[in-house]
Amino acid sequence: MATLELGIDASVAEVPARRGRRLGPLFWMAIVWMMFVFTVAIFADVLPLPSPTDMDMLEKRAPFSAEHWLGTDGLGRDELARVIYGARISLIVGLFAPIIGLTFGGALGILAGYFRGRFESVVVGSMDVLLAFPPLILALAVTAYLGQSILHLTFILGLLGVPAFMRVARAATLTLARREFVIAAQALGATHTRILLRELLPNVMLPLFAFFLLAVAITIVAEGSLSFLGLGVPPPISSWGSMIGEGRESLEMAPRLAFIPAIAMFLTVLSFNLVGDTLRALTDPRQGAL
Amino acid sequence: MTESTLLSVEDVIVDLPTPRGNLRAVDHVDLTVGAGRTLGVVGESGCGKTMLSRAILQLLPKKAKLSGRVMFDGQDLLQLSPEKLRKLRGRSLAVVFQDPMTSLNPVLTIGTQLIETLQEHLELDMVAATKRSIELLAAVGIPAPEQRLMQYPHQLSGGMRQRVAIAIALSCEPKLLIADEPTTALDVTIQAQILDLLAREQRRRHMAMILITHDLGVVAGRTDEVAVMYAGRVVERAPTPALFKKMRMPYTEALLAALPKIDAAPHTPLPAISGRPPDPTRPLKGCSFSPRCRYAWAQCHVEKPRLEEADSPGHQFACFRPIDASASAGA
Amino acid sequence: MLGFVARRLLYLVPVLIAVSLLTFLIASLLPGDLAYTILGDQATPEKVAALRQEMGLDQPIWVRYFGWLGNILQGDLGRSFRTGQTVLQAVTERLPISLELMVLAQVIALAIGVPLAIICAARSGGSFDRFMTGTAFGMLSVPTFLSAILLIYLFAVELRWLPATGYVPFGEDPAKNLRFMVLPALTLALAEWPGIMRVLRSDMIATLQEDYIALAKAKGLKASRILFVHALKPSSLTLVTITGINIGRLIGGAVIVETVFALPGIGRLLVGAITTRDLIILQGVVLLVGAGFVLINFIVDMLYAMLDPRIRHGHA
Repeated sequence: MATLELGIDASVAEVPARRGRRLGPLFWMAIVWMMFVFTVAIFADVLPLPSPTDMDMLEKRAPFSAEHWLGTDGLGRDELARVIYGARISLIVGLFAPIIGLTFGGALGILAGYFRGRFESVVVGSMDVLLAFPPLILALAVTAYLGQSILHLTFILGLLGVPAFMRVARAATLTLARREFVIAAQALGATHTRILLRELLPNVMLPLFAFFLLAVAITIVAEGSLSFLGLGVPPPISSWGSMIGEGRESLEMAPRLAFIPAIAMFLTVLSFNLVGDTLRALTDPRQGAL
Repeated sequence: MTESTLLSVEDVIVDLPTPRGNLRAVDHVDLTVGAGRTLGVVGESGCGKTMLSRAILQLLPKKAKLSGRVMFDGQDLLQLSPEKLRKLRGRSLAVVFQDPMTSLNPVLTIGTQLIETLQEHLELDMVAATKRSIELLAAVGIPAPEQRLMQYPHQLSGGMRQRVAIAIALSCEPKLLIADEPTTALDVTIQAQILDLLAREQRRRHMAMILITHDLGVVAGRTDEVAVMYAGRVVERAPTPALFKKMRMPYTEALLAALPKIDAAPHTPLPAISGRPPDPTRPLKGCSFSPRCRYAWAQCHVEKPRLEEADSPGHQFACFRPIDASASAGA
Repeated sequence: MLGFVARRLLYLVPVLIAVSLLTFLIASLLPGDLAYTILGDQATPEKVAALRQEMGLDQPIWVRYFGWLGNILQGDLGRSFRTGQTVLQAVTERLPISLELMVLAQVIALAIGVPLAIICAARSGGSFDRFMTGTAFGMLSVPTFLSAILLIYLFAVELRWLPATGYVPFGEDPAKNLRFMVLPALTLALAEWPGIMRVLRSDMIATLQEDYIALAKAKGLKASRILFVHALKPSSLTLVTITGINIGRLIGGAVIVETVFALPGIGRLLVGAITTRDLIILQGVVLLVGAGFVLINFIVDMLYAMLDPRIRHGHA
């Protein structure tokens, strides 16, 4: 699960979620963890934390203490503060990049699935070009030329997600466009705009949202991979990926410097995967639960 | 009825758990087939005839519950170890499924699918198995059998595929062949050919056969005995000539009436059986056919009739209001 | 079959052109000027102008593209202005290492994923199946660089069984080469097997419901033959598909793994080119990896067609 190869099986919404289905304790634990990470990331500035960038050369790789709850890193910076500020970066990139994919890919997919014909061929064809590169390679190349910044990173990871969102939206639209309520609306003389916005969009949003959560997980991993290689967010900003990359240098002395951000990242990615997959199963009539 | 009994199904019940509750697909069924004899099992789709055949083969879905006894060749199949059962299947107990489009593996050649059975049970070497496969394909009327061995199922027509399936079933000279709607998925023109092929091979190999169908016309003249099933139960059972001479169960009569007649005037509407079979997850208190039966009276709705022998020997039916011999003659 | 191959081959041409165009455009995204980047701090305007002219940077973009494309078609992908090595040399030198890594990883992933998928499908819903599907789902949330760290910590730092970094060519010392390759390949495989298992498992479960499986059972075949021949062979198409789809991810994973384990493969060449701003090498590698990826996908398509008798005989 290294890079941004977005899932292939385009889930198609037929029936809105079957209600009353048990979601299970794991699902709720994942939700709780996601809320927790969001909360600390949003309120990081307000929390009584030491600065994540203040170095203390006398306290390098300090163990857990009352002052530094999770100890300090190789430059004497507070590990807990860095993990929390790292969550910010991972979440900012992890949320905004898929929003780009969702917006453009979703719109293109709905339009392609609804209007079909030449427009659809052009959309599908141009997406094929984007898919002609291994995604991580493309991301690396673009950030290398554009320069490392959070904005560039978000932009390129978002762009790479467009084809997958397009496929999901198009597949869902293709099935929906044949359904009675759309045909009925057409027969009643509704305009294209009305059908697209009132009939199709609300129904396509469900599978798209489930896919969005999975894309968040994939993007967090991708951002982590690039930052781990030192080619993602520029220092001294900490992201989970770059912290793990730095922690690799001191695996012998203080393995926790790599493992603490690793656990945070794993739990977050797992939570998004779990929630996303559960919602996908709910919106996909072909499959039961996991 | 002097031959030894090859298969006897005794009080078999098949229950399938469904989201809507327990579904009793086969309900207290008793049947026997003598060696070399043929039994026709007739009923509408959903009457449990396929589940019955799967129960005999021990190929029910995992969650299905089966009780009763299936005695085959002196052994109870329900008690048999999986390994012994495996040695029996394909060897002395063979089957032809309904749809030849799905019952042959699409990615294996015809030859592989024939030869593997021969090698499994008869321990033939490749050369002998190949030779025998060619003979078998020729016997079921497939032209150019040598070339067919190398072909894949999708290269053959539906009728040819069913012939291949029959060749596979016949390959180890089984004692009993279960043909589960072997012609339903085929063109009408091919149906008679396949049925005649089955009847011919059955006689030639002195093999017993259970022919499962929804078409009463198919079993007439091709079977020794007929069992009519409705809602999981056998409702009438008789030697074939006796049944067609004098059917007693109103359901059997309705089945026969539903057949299109060759001598009917053009544009005669087909008489369908009115109503639907009962919901198998909601068993009725009385006779299952009573809601659709035009003869039904009060007793039929509150009490289940038992399958009992009457009139001629071997003719059993489960009905409180059997049809009169004279009344049904014209049906 | 021939028509199918021809059609796919014809489709390759526009895709390869698109790949070259995209590579070229990305390289033109560079803020500022390539000449400045090459010359660095001591750039005088005269030097820059001279270099620009030498490299043809003063010409319109489409002229530069076709010039570049023309050179490529003659086998000239440029030369590193740092090491003087040509792109083609650098890539061919390192390609075997990356290929060995990816093939080993794929073999390990299949060796783990396929048997697990078969066992889980044969006993779907059982406790082993539930445990393994849960594990596979969890493993999908472990990024490659994370499992790399974990494996290094476990096998190199704690147990000291295997080296964490380093490389010896296979031709020099096969045993040593494999010792260096085990951890990197295992790392990549850890990311690959869950996908293989999940897809193959659900596919096999569907296959096991088929009539022809019921007939295979009714024929009295052994369970092993039913699973491995009658059920796995139709599903092998799925296996080819998923392997093909995963190649993009595998290449990305190889970049990370080569960097972590200091394997001198294509991935490390790429990352090295980025950190040293060796833009000619970078552009060349991106182009070759893109083109190679397109070709591998083409081969996977062909393999798929060969495996499926229905396509092979032109029924699809």
